[in-house]
Order: sequence, then C-alpha cells, then structure tokens
Amino acid sequence: MTEVLPPALILFVGAALIGLTRGHLRSAVVLLTPLITLWAVWQVPDGVVMTVDFFGHQLKPVEGGALRRLFATIFSIMTFAGGLYAFRQARTVELAMSYAYAASAIGVAFAGDLITLFVFWEAMAIFSTIVVWCGGTPMAGRAGIRYAIMHGLGGVILMVGIVGVTVQTGSIDVQAMRAVDFATWMILIGILINAAAPPISAWLTDAYPEATPTGAVFLSAFTTKTAVLALILLFPGEPVLIGVGLYMIFYGIIYALLENDARRILAYSIVNQVGFMVCAIGIGTQLAINGAAAHAFAHIIYKGLLFMSAGVVLHRTGMRKCTDLGGLFRTMPLTCICGIIGALSISSFPLTSGFTTKALISEAVMVEGLTVIYFLLAAASAGVFLHAGIKFPWFVFFQKDSGLRPKDAPWNMAIAMVLFAVICIALGVFPQPLYALLPYPVDYDAYTPGKVLFYLQLLLFSGLAFFLLLPAMKRTLTITLDADWLWRIGLNRLANSLFAIKDTGTVMLLQRAQPQLDMLQVWVERHWGARGIFARSWPIGITAIWISVLLSAYVLLYYL
Amino acid sequence: MSVEQETEHWLVRPQTIRWLWIAGSVVLALTVALQFVIKVKGYFGVDGWFGFGAVFGFLCCVAMVLVAKGLGRFLKRKENFYND
Repeated sequence: MTEVLPPALILFVGAALIGLTRGHLRSAVVLLTPLITLWAVWQVPDGVVMTVDFFGHQLKPVEGGALRRLFATIFSIMTFAGGLYAFRQARTVELAMSYAYAASAIGVAFAGDLITLFVFWEAMAIFSTIVVWCGGTPMAGRAGIRYAIMHGLGGVILMVGIVGVTVQTGSIDVQAMRAVDFATWMILIGILINAAAPPISAWLTDAYPEATPTGAVFLSAFTTKTAVLALILLFPGEPVLIGVGLYMIFYGIIYALLENDARRILAYSIVNQVGFMVCAIGIGTQLAINGAAAHAFAHIIYKGLLFMSAGVVLHRTGMRKCTDLGGLFRTMPLTCICGIIGALSISSFPLTSGFTTKALISEAVMVEGLTVIYFLLAAASAGVFLHAGIKFPWFVFFQKDSGLRPKDAPWNMAIAMVLFAVICIALGVFPQPLYALLPYPVDYDAYTPGKVLFYLQLLLFSGLAFFLLLPAMKRTLTITLDADWLWRIGLNRLANSLFAIKDTGTVMLLQRAQPQLDMLQVWVERHWGARGIFARSWPIGITAIWISVLLSAYVLLYYL
Repeated sequence: MSVEQETEHWLVRPQTIRWLWIAGSVVLALTVALQFVIKVKGYFGVDGWFGFGAVFGFLCCVAMVLVAKGLGRFLKRKENFYND
C-alpha cells in the first residue's frame, strides 16, 4: 500500500529523537532530519500514493502534486534553517515542538482528504501553542492561552464545515469549492482564522512577539502559509478573498506604522504579506495562483530572515522596542546587513525575491484588467517599503545611538541568516528555478526596463517620504487597540455587567419570595435533614429485598 | 559597553549624512529622469505618465502615515493597557 515514506512522518520521528538525544547526536538530528524530509518530499509522485480506511471513509494521508511539493519544499528548507538558527540556543522542548509543528504543516501540505487535513491542522495548533509558551514569560503564557483559544475555535468551525460538506457531497476529498452554503462558509472561515484574516488577525501579532527569538522564526513560517495553501486547494477564485486580502494588506501597513515593538512590526507585516497572497487566490487565474504560491515561497524565506535578524538583536540585548534600540549597526554589521536584505526583499525591491514573485501577482491583476486593485496593490507596495522595508532596519540598527554595543550573531545564527539572505538575492536574480516549481507553466519576465524603473520610482520616493515624515513617525511607548479588545476587555465587561444584573435580580427575588423559601427549607429539613426520613439507617434485610425486587423486575422486562 | 572613548562612527558624522542626502537626491532625480530614455508602459493610462511612480509612491506614503496618525489618536493606549 505504501510506496513512499510520508515526509511528515520523518520529521515527526526527528522531533521525537530531538527529545531523546543529547549533545552532538542531537545537533545531527536537528540538522539532518529536515534534509532527509526534503529528500522524501521529492520522492512523492503526483496523485494519491497512500490510502487508509477510516470508519467507511478512505483517507488519503499523502497526495502529491506540484503545489503541495512546492509548499512542502519550502517548509523543509525553513525547518532546516530554523533548526540551524536555533540548535545551540533553544531549549530541547522548544526545538522538538518546533519540529513537530513543522511536521504537521508538511502533513497538511500532503493531505489528500479533509479529515487528514483537519488532524494535522489541529496538531499544528497544539505544537505551535507550546512553542509560544516556550517564551517562558507570564506574558507568553497568557498570549499562548489566547492563541490556543482562537485556534481551538477555528478548529471547531473548520470541523463543522468539513462534517457539513462530507454529509452533503459524500466526499471527503480536498477539492476546489465555492463558499455558497453554511458548510463551505464554515470551512472558509476556519481556514481564514489561521490566515490571520480580519477581524481575528490579533492572535498573530499578540502571540508571535512573545515567543523566544528562535521560536518566532518557526512561528512566522507555517500557520499562515498552510492556510494559504489550503485556500489555493479549496477556494481558488473565491471572490470574497479579494476584499479580505486587500483589507489585510492595509491593516498590516497601518498597524505596523503605529507599532513600537520591532518583532510586532514584523508580525503585522506577515498579515500584510499574506493579504497579497489571499487577494491573488481570490483572483484565481493560473497566473494569480502561481503568484500566490511563489510569493508564499519567497515570503517564508525573507520573513524568516527578518525574524532571525530581530531575534539576534533580542538574544544579544534582551530588547525589542524601537524606543530602546538604535545604532546597532556599529557592532552588529552582519545582522544589520541580513536584516536589510530581508527588508528589501519584503519590499519587493528589484534584484530580490520579493520583486520576482510579487510581480506575478501584479501581472495577474493587470491581465484581468482590475484597475482599482492594481493601483491599491501598487500603493501597498510603497506602504510595505515604508513600514517594513525602512522602518524596521532604521529603528533597530540606525535611528539614534542607544549606547548598546552588543556582539554580533553567534556563528550558527549567522550562517542561517547568510543562507537565507543569499537565497533572497538568488531568487531575485535567477527566479527561473522557482518559476519551474510553480503549479502552472510560467512565461514571464519580471525584468523589463520599464517595470523596474516604475518600481524604483515608487519605492525610492516612498523612502523619501519616510525620511521627510520621520518626525511624524516618532515611536511612542504605546500599543494599538485591535479587535482583540472585544474579547480581552469587552466580553469581560459584558460578563461583569450581566453578573451585576443577575445579582440585583436575585436579591430582589429573594426578598419577594422569603416566606415560600422558608417553607421549602422546613420541608427539605424534614425529609433530608440530619433526622429526616431519608437520613435514617435502613436494615440490611430491607435493602436486600429491594434489590431482589428490582432485579426480578429487570429480568422480567428483559424477557418481555 | 561605554560610548565615551570611541570616536564617532563615520556613518553618523554630519558631513556623511549631508553627503548621503545629496547622493540620495541625485539617485531620486535620476530615476525620474531615466524615464526620458526608458519608456514605462502604462497599462491603465496614468501609470505611464512621466514620473507617475514617484508621485504616486510619495503621496500614498504620506496618506498612509496620516491615516495611521489619525487612527492612532483613537486606538493608541499605554503599553500596560492590558495589564500584562
């Protein structure tokens, strides 16, 4: 039945071995398992390669395909780089959980049916929650609980949808659908919760910055991108996604502009970047799907790189607020340069991976003649340069002299950063290998002189705007309210006022009904009190008689 | 970790910063001037206009910063707002 080794299984075994081994052996497990997984990913042929019977349903735990291979490939690469970045600094439990989290994401990537998808989906939620908790602070603890509740809720909604679709169609296959009825809407909402779509984007920016420097690198990669993959597989061309994506894009920019915490800036820009992908999935043409997939691939690398850079700063200084940081370029040149390369990539600067992948999305919008969306995306590109491309490196590495003189990155973190920085540039200069992996054939050249010039004007003048508007961007010691206010404060207040109403109501009722209650109490006392009828001891003989009566009644009824 | 003895890094000296502004302005002017030589294909008409990318990018950024500032008036709270 099984012709190939499921890649997710290999990584799960690796995660377990991390917990069982020590020293050099553990390092070898951390570094080799993702590579073996990557090899296994490429052994999975197209189509269903594994089936398991499960309560009358045929599960397809491993189904191959270009799109699934693309995502599983980048998940494996990310796990390798994340492991390299983390293996000397992270605690064993965090490493093992991060690997199990990555394994679950690969499980989702190859899931051929909705039940398998759901199981790995929930596994992802559990393991990632533990990675958040590994942050170790009381804040991480509380953020982890909020994160778990949100994903638990998303899981329930997804399950309701899956059951509904299964009952309606009789099929549990992962196949394209439209959000037309209750069940399909539930599936869509369940997935969008993991994509950090509005109004519940807050779980992401709430939880990720509380993780450890190494944990955040893993967290930035998997949950939202498996949601992107699930959307491509299940809802390609769903028109609702265009609006949802555009909202996410601008939400990310505006909130990142207001943010003071360097890693939360990066977290908001995840929402922003996933917005580009969600929007492209909503457009749904082959070019757009290619764009979404390619952008997800490139995004995992440059976002991982940015979180690595911010992670080194946090690791060395213990600080993550823009108001505390600044001037670090003096003693952290490598971290600074890698951070800048990540920042340029996310801003889709020419010669970086962001340019060659986001251009596919713009092209798809153009081909469809969606004028308004085209200009909104162009404005958003300028905005990305503003909030992530310049803001992040400027406030962390330049800005002012904070007086901090930390050492540069430890060697393993440095190698991981350099690896990702090189890939960012390589994919920007030679996008063809990535284009060849995309689900549909690509006949596209991102580097026509006109396009490059247009983007250079757009981005460089955004840079000018940043420096002219610097006084308006002065960081303050504040947070920004989000929809999570509703459940962190609003629900609490609602509950308190409901309790208050209940209490006053009870008091009034008690005053009215005092005589009746007194009578009730006397009656209860007579029957069940210390000397009441039911409190008396019974002779064993009577009990035996009762038991035999009941038993014979039961036997009689049984034969009737 | 002391800052006293070390000399100012060349990158933060006033003359370097002045030079950077001049070089930056030249580059900005160049990207616009290059449009005389390289034709930017306008897919929707306006985006092919001379210097459209520059003006559009600049104005969008100003607008986004202003919107963020405006929203910040209502949405910003002290860091310990949630008591954690």
